[in-house]
Amino acid sequence: MAFVEDLEKPAVRDTTGATLAGFRPAEDLITPDVQDVIEEAESGRGPKGSDPVSNQTMILNMGPQHPSTHGVLRLVIEVDGETIVSLAPDIGYLHTGIEKTCEAKFYQQVVPLTDRIDYLCPMTNNLAYALAVEKLLQLEIPERAQYLRVLFNELTRIQSHLVWLGTHAMDIGALTVFLYCFREREEILRIFEAVSGQRMMTSYVRVGGLSLEPPLDLYKQIRTFLKTFPSKIEEYEGLLQNNPIWMSRLKGVGHLSAADAIALGVTGPPLRASGVDFDVRRDMPYSGYEKFQFNVPISNECDVWARYMVRMQEFRESVKICLQALDGLPEGRITADAPKIILPDREQMKTQMESLIHHFKIVTEGFQVPAGEVCSSVEAPHGMMNYYVVSDGTAKPYRVHMRNPGFATLQALETMCKGRQIADVVAVIGSIDIVLGEIDR
Amino acid sequence: MADPITNPATSEAIFGKEAVTAAMADHIAIVGLKDFITDAKWDRKELTLTVAPETIVAACEAAKAAGYNFFEDATAVDWYPTEPRFQITYHLLSHTFKQRLRLIARISEGETISSITSVWPSANYYEREVFDLFGVTFTNHPRLTRIMMPDNWEGHPLRKDYPVEGYR
Repeated sequence: MAFVEDLEKPAVRDTTGATLAGFRPAEDLITPDVQDVIEEAESGRGPKGSDPVSNQTMILNMGPQHPSTHGVLRLVIEVDGETIVSLAPDIGYLHTGIEKTCEAKFYQQVVPLTDRIDYLCPMTNNLAYALAVEKLLQLEIPERAQYLRVLFNELTRIQSHLVWLGTHAMDIGALTVFLYCFREREEILRIFEAVSGQRMMTSYVRVGGLSLEPPLDLYKQIRTFLKTFPSKIEEYEGLLQNNPIWMSRLKGVGHLSAADAIALGVTGPPLRASGVDFDVRRDMPYSGYEKFQFNVPISNECDVWARYMVRMQEFRESVKICLQALDGLPEGRITADAPKIILPDREQMKTQMESLIHHFKIVTEGFQVPAGEVCSSVEAPHGMMNYYVVSDGTAKPYRVHMRNPGFATLQALETMCKGRQIADVVAVIGSIDIVLGEIDR
Repeated sequence: MADPITNPATSEAIFGKEAVTAAMADHIAIVGLKDFITDAKWDRKELTLTVAPETIVAACEAAKAAGYNFFEDATAVDWYPTEPRFQITYHLLSHTFKQRLRLIARISEGETISSITSVWPSANYYEREVFDLFGVTFTNHPRLTRIMMPDNWEGHPLRKDYPVEGYR
């Protein structure tokens, strides 16, 4: 943490408006709008026309259907030859109004919606939402459920990082890695299917606990996967780490200083790759993370290579956490003792009058949540994910707001790409691991 | 483990400016923002401070000086038909003290609030989102345009008087 303290000192700007070493005024860091970029390009750096040698810049549209934009990100780039003068992301193509939809659902009906926000880490979204509502309800979650939540969250992190590595390497031109990554991802998706019945939209973590007890042979399946996975990480590294093309495309590209990263709201692996030692799991533990031993990889390189290295280390740390969760998994319930909030067992519901009444009430009327506002924060694979839930005392949330890491990290794109070449934009987009579902919501 | 500054021993909710400032007199946020607080709340172990909308930039600068170096998000809650209608919520985080602060400013329909992009550039997109979905205007914002909805969209979808299914 010493590093962060050092950072705060030069944040004071002198009176002339010039900044101290490494610090830039806030105006320099503001991501322009599409209109800004177009106006700037048209504001007459030389005559308009198609004369390629005249002193003028060109507007280039990248996306929303570009394969390297990982979804429907549209970038409007002003280029001078191959060099980027300014860049504006244009988002909203995937806006589905999930926050508005949440306000019309019961608390328990919001869980499947959260899967679809960041579709690469559904369990993490479920957990962040469940933690927020549990805080409002002041529910105690049994230790077994907490351990299972940690276990599946770390598997989700591995799964999400595998998609990142595969697509990132494919953008750079290393096509083979993609198939290798998806081979392992398939195994994790099978584990998710075994535990929740769904491969991707799991909705496994519910308000008050988990939806189902995992099947008996599942732990063996997870252990088999965790035993072989470290050798698979080495396999990916064998394909990439010493590859001169990979190194020259990544090293020194997309520089983002620690001060800029903090000013632009960057979280997660990109923040740690810029040398800021902050991880929500370790520093503000949730769901029992304080009981696990793991390292938080950081790097001071601040470039795309650093983000690659940080995520590769996170693979190994996640494996460690998963093994600890499996070894220390306590016995007990997987849901809190709150019959008015958690659906009863199917068997109980059919044989006990009390359970039938609770079941009927929860399904038809939902459950009332005491008024208040809370914010839950978790470390998602892409960065810090917060859920802000406001309750007015009824059975439907008054307001649900998601702070997703990608939305803020996208603002750092211009700072990272300015002055570099078009091909570097592709590398930088890959390195911030963008998911448009979470940005547009 | 309980640190009296960062984690008051009480998990009981405390409401009101006087009660919170008395119970948590040493808290860095209470000390740093004492000139700006108009209302305060300690609820479910989360500190919420209300400030006057016209002082929001100064309050954010004071919070930054107090150690809340990281801006997490800004959003709004529409309390229609209550007035003042909009609650603008800012979440700030301190990497050093490992704690979160919630700042709130309340404004009515038609009122504006100053942008805090001069303090944290990362507020740019969040303020544009609030403008787009709630119709709250931020003054001194570098470019306040719609970010999620199409430019020619009518209405602001997250307002409570906007139907969930949209206008038919």
